[in-house]
Amino acid sequence: MSSLVDGVRAGSRRSLAKLLTIIENEREGAREALAALFPHTGRAWILGVTGAPGTGKSSLVNALAKAYRARGQTVAIIAVDPTSPFTGGAILGDRIRMRDLAGDPGVFIRSMATRGSLGGLARATREVIRVLDAAGFDRIVVETVGAGQSEVEIVRAAHTTVVVEAPGLGDDVQAIKAGILEIADVLVVNKADRPGAQNTIRALKAMLELGHPTRTARVNHHGQRMQVDTPVAEADSIWLPPVIQTVATAESAEESGVAALIDAIDAHRDHLHTAGTLEPQERERIMIELRDRLQHELMTRLLGSLPDGLLTETVRRVQARELDPRQAVAWILDAS
Amino acid sequence: MAQQAIRVLIAKPGLDGHDRGAKVIARALRDAGFEVIYTGLRQTPEMIAEAALQEDVDVVGLSILSGAHMALVPRIREVMNAAELEDVPIILGGIIPDEDKPRLHELGVSGIFGPGTSTETIATHIRQIVQERDERASS
Repeated sequence: MSSLVDGVRAGSRRSLAKLLTIIENEREGAREALAALFPHTGRAWILGVTGAPGTGKSSLVNALAKAYRARGQTVAIIAVDPTSPFTGGAILGDRIRMRDLAGDPGVFIRSMATRGSLGGLARATREVIRVLDAAGFDRIVVETVGAGQSEVEIVRAAHTTVVVEAPGLGDDVQAIKAGILEIADVLVVNKADRPGAQNTIRALKAMLELGHPTRTARVNHHGQRMQVDTPVAEADSIWLPPVIQTVATAESAEESGVAALIDAIDAHRDHLHTAGTLEPQERERIMIELRDRLQHELMTRLLGSLPDGLLTETVRRVQARELDPRQAVAWILDAS
Repeated sequence: MAQQAIRVLIAKPGLDGHDRGAKVIARALRDAGFEVIYTGLRQTPEMIAEAALQEDVDVVGLSILSGAHMALVPRIREVMNAAELEDVPIILGGIIPDEDKPRLHELGVSGIFGPGTSTETIATHIRQIVQERDERASS
């Protein structure tokens, strides 16, 4: 195992790929390898790219990685696609849109299946990020599964979360619902050459201005344009997510809007540094991760300690209406 | 609670644009519980080897309908070996004449599946070669 760790630190892509498999499968040696690599993490800037299926996340990640490479930065990409809840199988198809990156030794792409995890990432994604970080990549881009409204796990893994929208996916009430738009540090309207793009951009901007304590918001009231003052107290220390238009499939980073996207991401990074939010944010994330891991570990131990057949018997009793599900849980805990 | 999954790369090397067969196989292998990395059309040998390496797949599945298999397969094997992927088997789907099969097997193609092969046969073959590899590794 230590040879794989050494290989990863020395830049061996084969070692890196093999270690990622060991971690993903929670095979023997995963723990010690992660422990050995952990001191070398914390250097990479981690980007999350999320959004509904078909908004063009993979194409955007492809364009983003190309632009970073042109600036001399190395890029690792983690592309997550869903596992079938019925068969356990998955089609991981994000590489199709990333063929421009083929043959570049400064790029490493790894596809991951969610394997039953529901938050838009796989359970091992955070650890895979750490290994890629320790392997020395400058930027790590995590593309989530096609996300709906509540797959927001990515915010706990990424420094900057980019939410990708496309024209024609919903009205302005969708834009004020809780969920995925709330987690955006940068909003992208991709496929901005399509009809309706300007409407989408306007709706998103209006939503953002209402939701954040900026100076003024402009609203249409019975056809009158009105300026409404909104709370300004914290305006300067608060990050207002910019809305960037992109056409990810365009030839150059300038034409595609990706150069503007990178500027927005850099601005967000500068903001986190100057506002001093990085450190408390990391502390909170560590806390959340420790709780998650503790929960998982306790669950594994508990299930391992139950007498044979107890679970099946409990299910039977609930189905027979002898116990309600909450009583059943108490009964299981008493029996363990 | 380690979750294992067999990972298979499905790629279409060469220039013919007929990927329906590859998609049918990808979908069938998904339904058989595999994680299928699908890379799409017109993959060069270098792209296939690179994807196989980064994704650490257990098997590489190639779909070749163009008749160019005797040129493509040796080249892909060569590039994969150069990337230290000697231990990753290749399986082949498509229209492959019988007289070419012995040579392909010599090149380390573990299975050749023509039109009409049931997807269950392919899934069983993949499970078997992965199991044999694991047994070799642990012995």
